[in-house]
Amino acid sequence: MADVKADGGAPALRPKPLSPHLQVWRWHITMAASILHRVTGVGMYVGALILTGWAVSLAGGPDAYAGYMNLLGSPLGKLVLFGLTVAVFFHMANGVRHLVWDYGKGFQPKTADFTAVVAMAFAVVAAVAVWAIALIMGAAG
Amino acid sequence: MSGKTGYRTPLSRARGLGSAKDGVGHFIGQRASAIALLFLLLWGVWSALKLAPLGYEGAAGWLHSPIHAALLVLLLATGFYHVRLGAQVIIEDYVHTPITKTLSLLANTFLCYGALVLAALSVLKVAFSVSGAV
Repeated sequence: MADVKADGGAPALRPKPLSPHLQVWRWHITMAASILHRVTGVGMYVGALILTGWAVSLAGGPDAYAGYMNLLGSPLGKLVLFGLTVAVFFHMANGVRHLVWDYGKGFQPKTADFTAVVAMAFAVVAAVAVWAIALIMGAAG
Repeated sequence: MSGKTGYRTPLSRARGLGSAKDGVGHFIGQRASAIALLFLLLWGVWSALKLAPLGYEGAAGWLHSPIHAALLVLLLATGFYHVRLGAQVIIEDYVHTPITKTLSLLANTFLCYGALVLAALSVLKVAFSVSGAV
């Protein structure tokens, strides 16, 4: 708004009331789910780039591929991949929540709270299940 | 702007300009790709589980299947499309300086399409290579 006067020469305006921002909101589960949806979305932007790196290393030949897989298999690599697994499943479940909202359903506060908890629980359970299967199949070794 | 419209308030200037007219396309594209990704990502996670213990030969052999190569290119294309739209919203929400905003949006688009082409070409190179050779 700083350029209003310089730009249009409009009369000086009284500061307008601002909408409530983060610091005045009571923390709430639906708010956490909303923020997590964004955070996990950004996480999967990174995930898409990691997948790109995988494809490029595979095209680069056995040595490049072995090097990249070593990177992904390092403790830090595994931590990132586990985080991405949680992110994928949370964003997926919360995305379904959004699709249901688009249809006009599920806005009742109790329903919205419940589905937020379900999305979070699903993300953790599904990620742990996938990594348990990976361990059984010898993938995470 | 300071010439003929100088006496107008910002609100009156904004009125009548209307929206950018392409919001619905963004909205529908985001959701259509979301529905596709629901299935593609489940397949992707399952495939990652199968591929992780196999090593180079196994992964390259896996990509020789046209179905695997096609699904992986679809996952990459849909994924980068969806991620580009999502990041665009985040940039538009938080970056308000005109130049920085334009450059961020441009970088987002370049990065997504650039990485997509790089990844897809890599997949196709492996998919079309004679097994045993790269």
